[in-house]
Amino acid sequence: MSPSEAAAATTPAPGPAPAGPLVEVDHLKQYFPIKGGIVLDREVGAVHAVDDVSFSIPRGETFGLVGESGCGKSTLSRSILRLLEPTAGTIRFDGADITHLGARRMRPLRSQMQMIFQDPYASLNPRKRVGQIVGDPLALHGKAKGANAIKTRVQELLEVCGLNPEHINRFPHEFSGGQRQRIGIARALALEPKLIVADEPVSALDVSIQAQIINLLEDLQDEFALTYIFVAHDLGVVRHVSDRVAVMYLGKMVEVSPSDELYAKPIHPYTIALLSAIPIPDPHAQAARAQIVLTGDVPSPIDPPPGCRFAGRCPRATDVCRAIEPPLVEYASGHLAACHHPVGVAAADLAGAKIASQSPASAGTDLPDAREGGRSWEDGPAASLV
Amino acid sequence: MSDAPLLTVSDLHVTFATEDGTLRAVDGVSWELREGEVLAIVGESGSGKSVSAQTIMGLTRGSNARFEGEIHYGDHELVGASDAELRKLRGSEIAMIFQDPMTSLNPVYRVGSQIAEQIRAHDDVSKAEARERTIELFKEVGIPNPQERIDNYPHEFSGGMRQRAMIAMAMANEPKILIADEPTTALDVTIQAQIVQILRNVRERLSSVILITHDLGVVAEIADRVLVMYGGRVVEEGTLDDIFYDPQHPYTWGLLGSLTRLDEDRPDRLPSIAGMPPSLLARPHGCAFRPRCPHAIDRCLEIPELESRIGVPGHLDRCCLEPESKRALRVVHGRIGLEAEVS
Repeated sequence: MSPSEAAAATTPAPGPAPAGPLVEVDHLKQYFPIKGGIVLDREVGAVHAVDDVSFSIPRGETFGLVGESGCGKSTLSRSILRLLEPTAGTIRFDGADITHLGARRMRPLRSQMQMIFQDPYASLNPRKRVGQIVGDPLALHGKAKGANAIKTRVQELLEVCGLNPEHINRFPHEFSGGQRQRIGIARALALEPKLIVADEPVSALDVSIQAQIINLLEDLQDEFALTYIFVAHDLGVVRHVSDRVAVMYLGKMVEVSPSDELYAKPIHPYTIALLSAIPIPDPHAQAARAQIVLTGDVPSPIDPPPGCRFAGRCPRATDVCRAIEPPLVEYASGHLAACHHPVGVAAADLAGAKIASQSPASAGTDLPDAREGGRSWEDGPAASLV
Repeated sequence: MSDAPLLTVSDLHVTFATEDGTLRAVDGVSWELREGEVLAIVGESGSGKSVSAQTIMGLTRGSNARFEGEIHYGDHELVGASDAELRKLRGSEIAMIFQDPMTSLNPVYRVGSQIAEQIRAHDDVSKAEARERTIELFKEVGIPNPQERIDNYPHEFSGGMRQRAMIAMAMANEPKILIADEPTTALDVTIQAQIVQILRNVRERLSSVILITHDLGVVAEIADRVLVMYGGRVVEEGTLDDIFYDPQHPYTWGLLGSLTRLDEDRPDRLPSIAGMPPSLLARPHGCAFRPRCPHAIDRCLEIPELESRIGVPGHLDRCCLEPESKRALRVVHGRIGLEAEVS
């Protein structure tokens, strides 16, 4: 069977075109309690992993989530998959509220949302053959009946993912890292999901293999009309695959924007710092570039600072940043940013801006000021930072 | 920077006997480290970059390992050196930092005391003096509140702080050579930029640095010379400009091409290198990159020598294609890269 025939066989019959976004997240909070005390097991605090985050993902879109470790991007993706019980807010998947569904009622939905993990060495059971790893979900969800049907389907999936279908009886250790990641992708595809959450799917792979896996993910999206949530800390990779990108900092979304716009015209100082920290693989361009090296570390999510959570590391921060949480403001072309002193926003841009409905409830209600119009940091306080 | 080599690796071979056969991790590698330079060794997993660097420190020794060739550092020959001789050099003359700062500090001892212990192992100083020096080191690598931080345990440090502490420990006895094995890989980009800056200071102050990495962005930021390794051999060697602007080996083209670059428009499809790195147990005949190379010709069945082919001193490569034809072959969609299909 050729790959295109295999693809045709696995594509679900097109039903009536469903309307509305596939995933809607509304003021989601995900806290983890910290227990203390010897006998009473009192709750003494909470890790504010995800703190009032709202967004929606249209069907067929790739939504990139970036941020430093500990910013809540992985927690957020796990909450959406309902691997965690959300603290507050709502999650709607395919039009239905799944925020507090029990395990039993979630089970039929599980086949529609799948995950690809970071570590291809840890995410495959070393004692199972590839045929079982990819085939077991099919049997569990009754998507294929009988050993022969399952085997045929697994071989199709392996072929679609660029693996040799004859390797169905091999164990994971017989494959390289890139091939294992392909097995993980085949397993995620087996149940014909609508949504795939890819949590750092390429960061454990060598550069030349990363490109192969990214290209495969893009091909599969076109073939099977998949919606991706792509979680990564590598902004280069995220830019390549994503239609829209959300930047997270300490449990909050600080900027959400169409991918190209985010990289061309970042508004939030944190995004700018993050972009500037990425070295460019071109020695002359790299030497000519002004780089912002952020000082300090991310604050603790247990007792996050009031006001803007980035204020402590931000060279533009003023008193208002430390007192009032900046609202998420919607600028032209669906570009959202939560900053009191946005970079490169002129008075004209502000005229069309409004507080976004996604803005956290605890945030202030005043629009930011248009300080200086320049997009470059060289004339701003950043120069003193380096 | 002077041109006298500080460290010379000559025709180094490292093989490991495994159940599946002989694994040739490093296969005839020669290079020099000059005083005050940052030498980057670039390659994918299994290219032999870490094994060759660890062999300098004697960290690959084991009952199943065999070594050939020589590594000269001053009057010392390191491949044949006794363990006692190596122990004197480790930390005091040649120091190393590792990829994973989470596992390279002992979790049950205070960070400061681990560094002080290292200082006292090589220098005859009192405990109080070692502590003072540790505080100084903490300041140098940018750890805030060094007086308090020195008494913390590793779990109280963040990843970036731990990597700083590792650098402080490596610098404790003012070594001549710092070997940094993927020092930024496990860190966030913002922390990565801080660590690169610290490494730059380290180089200016006292040491030559051997930087082992797969991140060409970090290489572009800090390296003076670059070695590209593939399948246990050096396939290209040159200055930073040689490698980035006039690369001669198709594998180097592929590495440069498969990077996602923020300073350029995004391509529709990311150029990738077809296939996978070779198994070190059964390497292909001739050029190890031949099975993945779209430009391979019959002559590639012989192993090409690592030699200067374009007349630029110090720019060596192992590819037998005509240098003139390479300049046309390596341009894919207007930038350096490797065509995806193997013909």
